[in-house]
Amino acid sequence: MAKYAFFLGCIAPLRYPGIEKSTREVCAKLGIELVDLKDASCCPAPGVIRAFNKKTWLAAAARNLALAEKEGLEIVTICNGCYGSLFEAAHELAHCPETLAEVNKILAEIGMEYKGTTKVHHFAEVLYNEVGVEAIKAKVTNPLEYKVATFYGCHFLKPSNIKGLDDTENPKILDELVEATGCKSMPRKQKTLCCGAGGGLKAAFGDVAKKFTETNLENMKESEAEMIIDVCPFCHLQFDGVQKDLGYSFPVLHLSQLYGLAMGMSKEELALGVHITPVNL
Amino acid sequence: MVTPNPDFSKEIAAAGGEEVKMCFQCGTCTAGCPSGRQTSYRVRKLMRMAQLGLKDEIINSDELWECSTCYTCVERCPRQVPIVDIVIALRNIAVAEGHIRPQHKGTAKNLAAFGHAVKVDDKISALRKEIGLPELPPTVLSNEAAKKDLDKILTLTGFDSITQE
Repeated sequence: MAKYAFFLGCIAPLRYPGIEKSTREVCAKLGIELVDLKDASCCPAPGVIRAFNKKTWLAAAARNLALAEKEGLEIVTICNGCYGSLFEAAHELAHCPETLAEVNKILAEIGMEYKGTTKVHHFAEVLYNEVGVEAIKAKVTNPLEYKVATFYGCHFLKPSNIKGLDDTENPKILDELVEATGCKSMPRKQKTLCCGAGGGLKAAFGDVAKKFTETNLENMKESEAEMIIDVCPFCHLQFDGVQKDLGYSFPVLHLSQLYGLAMGMSKEELALGVHITPVNL
Repeated sequence: MVTPNPDFSKEIAAAGGEEVKMCFQCGTCTAGCPSGRQTSYRVRKLMRMAQLGLKDEIINSDELWECSTCYTCVERCPRQVPIVDIVIALRNIAVAEGHIRPQHKGTAKNLAAFGHAVKVDDKISALRKEIGLPELPPTVLSNEAAKKDLDKILTLTGFDSITQE
């Protein structure tokens, strides 16, 4: 049985707990053992905390990586932001001994050390590469038939020079994962356009962020999709939160929630009631 | 007239953006930038300003904060310039000199207060319990000693200067 340290991040556990719950249930059904990465913090957020003080970002990320290293486990995240931060921090610390030594001076002050060995994965990547689409299909007990707009977000696949998971201009991983449930992924323009939330843009220039989202929503409508499936709680929050003002009402589900539905979880367990845009299925 | 300042490139390099010198100003970045479609942010221009050392113009600008870090420019750059890393380096320099927006300061304060980028919400804690999760996630929120470790990291790396007024 594959076993990972489960890194929760912030928005999933503290805003959309149905994403956390469904990830736990779905992983159990797929034979993936999740061990809570106890005492972890914010990843910390790559577009804000890293932009404010890179030293803080790297040392706090290293602390999270060291917690997993101590358990001898690789990390799985359910958020593109966490994946981006932890993957990039792990990459930098694995490839730059001087930086690792500097970070370890800070970690020594709290009685910790990071050797630089932790590997970091995204939930969707683990499903696609470790479990596989065919094995997922075999676990679907409640086939779905929604027409879906897949939303990759930015930090799942990019920067591709260190992640190398899929084609960043025309990716297919998430489309295949979604179609494993019986849903149909609807082709659309500008499939990889950012949701607008990242990099501190949502916080500082919310109207600009909303314009990114609006372009995505227009393209999704034109594609005749009836639902948005994301792999990032921050993209999830952006679509769920701002579409009403723009005149849209797509149900927004994280991939783990879609899989929860397809594998027989109840709507209550998926905590869909907390979504800002009502999810009427 | 602007006065180029070659010393600024050293400052950028120290902050992790040394490869700005690789940019040859083709403009592929600006052409694909989703923020550039909505704002006056021009990636190519920012790279050139960084090369020329126009520090004050950069750190006082709104445009520096209009990048959503989507990496479209990085993916398409023919010189493989790590543009997002350079934007991050420039933002670090700006913040170190006190240029940070109140909303961003709020996010930084959340990290210091909770160890997470968002606040704890009682309604969500109740919902967590309803669906069979612990009220608080098993993170620094559930372990005071772990939160103190994080606090120490924030202090040792100079983050307190951002969160304290």
